[in-house]
Amino acid sequence: MPVERLEGFHTGKTPEETEEEVKRGLLLTTLDKAASWARKQSMWPATFGLACCAIEMMSTGAGDYDLSRWGMELFRGSPRQADLMIVAGRVSQKMAPVLRTIYDQMPEPKWVISMGVCASAGGMFTNYAIVQGVDQIVPVDVYVPGCPPKPEMLMFGILTLQKKVREKGRFR
Amino acid sequence: MSREAPPGLGSPDPMSTEEPRQETMIINMGPQHPSTHGVLRLLLELDGETLVSCEPIIGYLHTGIEKNCEYRSWMQAIAFVTRADYLAPFHNELAYCLAVERLLGIEAPPRAQVLRVLFSELNRISSHLVWLATGGLELGAVSVMLYGFREREMVLDIFEMATGLRMNHAYIRIGGVVMDLPPGATEKIADLLGVLPGRIKEYEDLLAKNPIWIERNAGVGVLAAADAIALGVTGPMLRASGIAKDVRRDEPYCGYETYEFDVITREAADCYARFEIRLEEMRQSLRIVEQCLDRLEEPGPVMVEDPKVRWPAQLEVGPDGIGNSPAYVKHIMEESMEALIHHFKMVTEGVKVPEGEVYQVVESPRGELGMYVVSDGEHRPYRVKIRDPSFVNLQAVPTMANGGLIADAIAVIASVDPVMGGVDR
Amino acid sequence: MIPAELADRLRGEHPDVVLARGELTVLVGRDELLDLLAELRDADDLSFDLLSSVTATDWPGREPRYWVSYELYSVTHVHRVRVKVGLPEDDPRLPSATSLFPTADWHERETYDFYGIVFDGHPDLRRILLPDGWEGHPLRKTEELGGVNTRFKGAFIPPVDRRTS
Repeated sequence: MPVERLEGFHTGKTPEETEEEVKRGLLLTTLDKAASWARKQSMWPATFGLACCAIEMMSTGAGDYDLSRWGMELFRGSPRQADLMIVAGRVSQKMAPVLRTIYDQMPEPKWVISMGVCASAGGMFTNYAIVQGVDQIVPVDVYVPGCPPKPEMLMFGILTLQKKVREKGRFR
Repeated sequence: MSREAPPGLGSPDPMSTEEPRQETMIINMGPQHPSTHGVLRLLLELDGETLVSCEPIIGYLHTGIEKNCEYRSWMQAIAFVTRADYLAPFHNELAYCLAVERLLGIEAPPRAQVLRVLFSELNRISSHLVWLATGGLELGAVSVMLYGFREREMVLDIFEMATGLRMNHAYIRIGGVVMDLPPGATEKIADLLGVLPGRIKEYEDLLAKNPIWIERNAGVGVLAAADAIALGVTGPMLRASGIAKDVRRDEPYCGYETYEFDVITREAADCYARFEIRLEEMRQSLRIVEQCLDRLEEPGPVMVEDPKVRWPAQLEVGPDGIGNSPAYVKHIMEESMEALIHHFKMVTEGVKVPEGEVYQVVESPRGELGMYVVSDGEHRPYRVKIRDPSFVNLQAVPTMANGGLIADAIAVIASVDPVMGGVDR
Repeated sequence: MIPAELADRLRGEHPDVVLARGELTVLVGRDELLDLLAELRDADDLSFDLLSSVTATDWPGREPRYWVSYELYSVTHVHRVRVKVGLPEDDPRLPSATSLFPTADWHERETYDFYGIVFDGHPDLRRILLPDGWEGHPLRKTEELGGVNTRFKGAFIPPVDRRTS
């Protein structure tokens, strides 16, 4: 694929070397990295607040601990427009099929943060009514423990997810 | 999850006797929705934009709290009960602890009662702020969301300073409260008292005369007084219909009869009246907090003295929340064997409560919160039933919303202020 | 009226009255339940118009096994009373109070959901909090707590009735 070398743009490589690199897929890897960087910068969460952790998630999105620093203040109501699902709160048996439906409706690429111990492992409610860990239903990328986790803990979880997205590229 | 209309959809409204219309459309406003205040599902029958009938379907947050309490000791059940209505955790704990104290026949010391009242009223303020924030957001006033949470952060800072946690503290315990206020807390609360009245005035200026807000709330969701009582509705919704029922005034607990505050009522019985009542209740709560601060000048114990009941440890707020103070750990590990044994027994087994049953009510921000506690003489509860106000208030939604527009249904639910954790438990 | 006066007022027709811890409880059989509730609601000096809560307690091994309790409150006179009905294990049926108190609708559905107590005359008795196809009535003492404890490596999980954490 012919590559145009721009005037004044010094990469230290001759056009033939650049073409060689393109053929080996390195330029596409740079595109991949750019895409990952753009994706992590502008993730839109789907509203999936269930219980107490939802209030802390709202606090994280509000003025004091601002989520829009990372492009995330826009919580999309429709899962079709979202690429991150923060499962915030205890998932009951009745809610589990709904959770899976919402997850399936999200387009690829998508990520899941399980916020709070109830979503991560069932929490203090080891009983008939609560799904013991949301990773029994959807694949989880980052677990954030806490009951409920402070907004700073959720922010650390989000930053960890961003690091993961940036390093691992497009597909999980 | 069933996708057909469940039986009985024709007349879910308990007060109506009409037959269902046949040319209507059935729409699901599902559990995942930005405007339904949590995981509430509404099955709407629509004729154009008008709501013919609406059926709330709950249970999407059922946690089995009541069953789980039967397998834990009396003190551990506090941690479960506090997560039922997660926006008013102090009220859940207070109702439960008062019920158990009645079964035990003890009373918390006066300073503990003042602290209980102080934190209950601060909790009322923070809960009403969340109602204002989310209610405004659902009706389209997005900046109210940011303002409400900004004020709430100030109240949560005080909670964190005193209890170590922002939400779901297990601060109120059987026999008193778990620990006294740290130094500097009263100054912080006094600062809050200086700032909040101005902010509440800001909300009033922003919303009260706003034509859009009035258009969406005035005349919407009218609930007559007789209907309200027949449906078991309590709290700001009942007071908006003109009935001055407030548990703090009628069946006082924790010394509420000695505090000066007004019970706010309105006659209009619509969403706007409930908005006015909740704003005014925030001001009354600030009045009570001020009186509490005056009473906190005298020192005193915050936990009952009886060693068979009191929590054995001295606690303090450390870097990761409340924990045993280092001095106490030194005492039980190095100095006294009996103290260690006593601590072990109290923590693992706990107090044994005599047989009996008690129904204790408390005025939570949403209405009458009742705790029906049954004991059979063991060190575990036999039955804990939480009578949650939102569970009963949601039954009134069809009566209020039928015949209106869908957008009015959103306004009605915002004015009911349900917290699904309490509804589903 | 304070509980002692209420006890004297009610003891004439309903002798089974218990006064304990400042609360009044009236025990009736299921046949007299609706009459008693109607009288409590309609009599002028009683006027218990707000039904606060309907719930049940399970005492397996005792007779009667289920005790259903109704908490009533009067807005005009500001007093409370509790009405309790005992139900045998093999026939947990009870007339529904929805004709007198519409608020009993969801309370009775919840009691049916948790304990399997059937309320005759209820307009729409089905599960409310648990999923629609759930089998069993979880709050009965004979049903298990359920749930699987997250298994950490090398940890000992005690049986359900001895868990302290």
